[in-house]
Amino acid sequence: MLKVVEIDHLTIEYPDVKAIDDVSFTVNQGDFLGIIGPNGAGKSTLFASMLNLNTKYNGTIKFFGTDIRKSKNYLKEIGYVPQKPIFEKNFPATVNDVVKMGLQKESDENKVDEILQQLWIHELSERRIGELSGGQQQRVFIAKALVNNPKVLILDEPVTGIDQQSIDLFYSILKELNSKQNITIIWSSHDLDAVNKLANHVACLNRTLFFHGESDDFFENDELVKQYSEASMQEHMHHH
Amino acid sequence: MAFEIFTFSFMHRAIISGIAIAILCSVVGLFLVLRRYSLFGDAIAHSSFGGIALGLMAGIYPLWTAYGVSIISALIMTRIKDRFNISGDASIAVLLSSGIALGLVIIGLSGGFTLDIFSFLFGSILLVSVNDTILILSLTGIILIVILLLYRQLLYSTFNEEQAKVSGIPVEKINYLIVFMAGITVVTSIQLVGVLLISALFVIPNVTAIMYGKGFKQTVIISMSFSIFSVVAGILVSYIFDITPAGTIVLIAIGIFGCTIGIKSAGLLSRHN
Repeated sequence: MLKVVEIDHLTIEYPDVKAIDDVSFTVNQGDFLGIIGPNGAGKSTLFASMLNLNTKYNGTIKFFGTDIRKSKNYLKEIGYVPQKPIFEKNFPATVNDVVKMGLQKESDENKVDEILQQLWIHELSERRIGELSGGQQQRVFIAKALVNNPKVLILDEPVTGIDQQSIDLFYSILKELNSKQNITIIWSSHDLDAVNKLANHVACLNRTLFFHGESDDFFENDELVKQYSEASMQEHMHHH
Repeated sequence: MAFEIFTFSFMHRAIISGIAIAILCSVVGLFLVLRRYSLFGDAIAHSSFGGIALGLMAGIYPLWTAYGVSIISALIMTRIKDRFNISGDASIAVLLSSGIALGLVIIGLSGGFTLDIFSFLFGSILLVSVNDTILILSLTGIILIVILLLYRQLLYSTFNEEQAKVSGIPVEKINYLIVFMAGITVVTSIQLVGVLLISALFVIPNVTAIMYGKGFKQTVIISMSFSIFSVVAGILVSYIFDITPAGTIVLIAIGIFGCTIGIKSAGLLSRHN
C-alpha cells in the first residue's frame, strides 16, 4: 500500500518544554486518520511541521516517500483547512475569489463551480466571505482546499464554534471525499464520537503518541478509551 | 474660459499623469490597506524627503535619489521588522522620522529651504514635463503588469499568509515585492500630491471602495474610479479657482468618503457594508 506520510522520531522542542516527543507513525493512501488529544497535546504543532510552517524539528517527515526538507512539491498535493481561518472581516473577496485563491492554474476555473456545487455553496458564490456564517465559511475553506484535487486533506479541529447542522453536513462531506474520491484525510478532533464514526485509523497524541492503529482496536478497547478520556478530562480541568 | 484649460499642453500632461498615478495608488494602496499597512505609504514618502534633500544638495535630479533612498530604506525596515519582531506601526514610525530627520539635516547643511523643497512637499502636478509624464506612464504600466501576472499570489498572501505559505506561495518574497512597488508608487506620486499627502491617495479611495465592492476586482475598479475622479476634478477645480491641486484632490476624495459614510448610515448599502 502506498505510504502517504511517514513520520519518524519527530521531536519538537520549545525552550522550556517538549511539544512533541519522539513521535513516529505512518499514514497510507485512503486512510481516514483521526488524531485525538487534549488541548495543548501538540496537534497543531505537529500539523505546522507537516505543512512546512515550522521547520525547527528533529526527526524526519516524509510525504509520498520524499523528505519534506528536500522538496516542497508535496504541498501541491495537500489541501489544508485551518482551525479558524483568520482574515480581515471586511476583506473584499467573494466566496468565488477565496476558492480561486487555492487554484494553482487559472485555467481550471470550471473546477471552482464544480466544487462549489459539491459543497452546497454555489448559491453563495458572489457573497462576501466575511458575511457568511461560521459553518458556511468552513465549507468555503474546504472548497478552497479541494479545488486542486489534492491527494491528502489535512484538517485542524475545524468544527470549533460551528452549529450542529453544519457539523453534520461537514462530516458527511468528509466521509464522501474519503470513500468515493479516495482522498487521504488527516483530521485532528476533540470529538471522540465523530472520530469513532468517521475515521478508520486513530492516533492518540499527548506530546507522545500513546496509541496509533485501526479505529476499531481503539474504540473496542475500553481501557484505552477510558485512559484517553481521563487524560483529556484532566487536561481540560487543568485548562480551566 | 472653462474649456480653454483643455487646450494647454501642461494641462494634458497633468491630467494624463494624474490619471496614471490615481490608478497606481489605488491598486498598490489596496494591498497595503488590507494588510493593515495604511500608513506605510506615508512612511516611505517621508523617507523620500531625505532622498530629495540629498539629490538637491548633490545636484542630482531629486526624484532619482528619492527612489533610491525610499526603496532601500523601506526594504531594510521590512527586513528589520521581520528579523527582530518589531510591530508594523512602530517600524512605520522609525522609517517616517528617520527620513524627515535626514532631510532636515541635509537641508541645514546646504543652506536652508528652497522653493524646490516646497514643490516636493506639496506636489507640483501642473509642472510635470514630457519626460516626467513618460516616466510616470512607464512605471505605472510596469507595476500593473507585475500585479496582473502575480495577482493570485498577491491576493492570497494578503488574505491569509499562513494558508498562502501552505499553498506553496513564497510569501516573504511577495511581501518584499509589495514594499518595493509601494516605494516606486510613492515617489512617482510625489509630483501629484507631494510628500505630505501621499497616504491620502493610498488609503481614502480604497476604504471608500471596500464599502461598495463585493469581490476584489470590483473593489479595485471602484477604487480606481473614485481616485481618477478625485484627481481629475481636483486638478481642474484647483486651476479654475487658483488653489493648491494636492489639497483639492484630497478634499474631493474625502468628500466621496464622507458621502459614502452618509449613505451607509442611512442604510442604503447592503449588509456586508
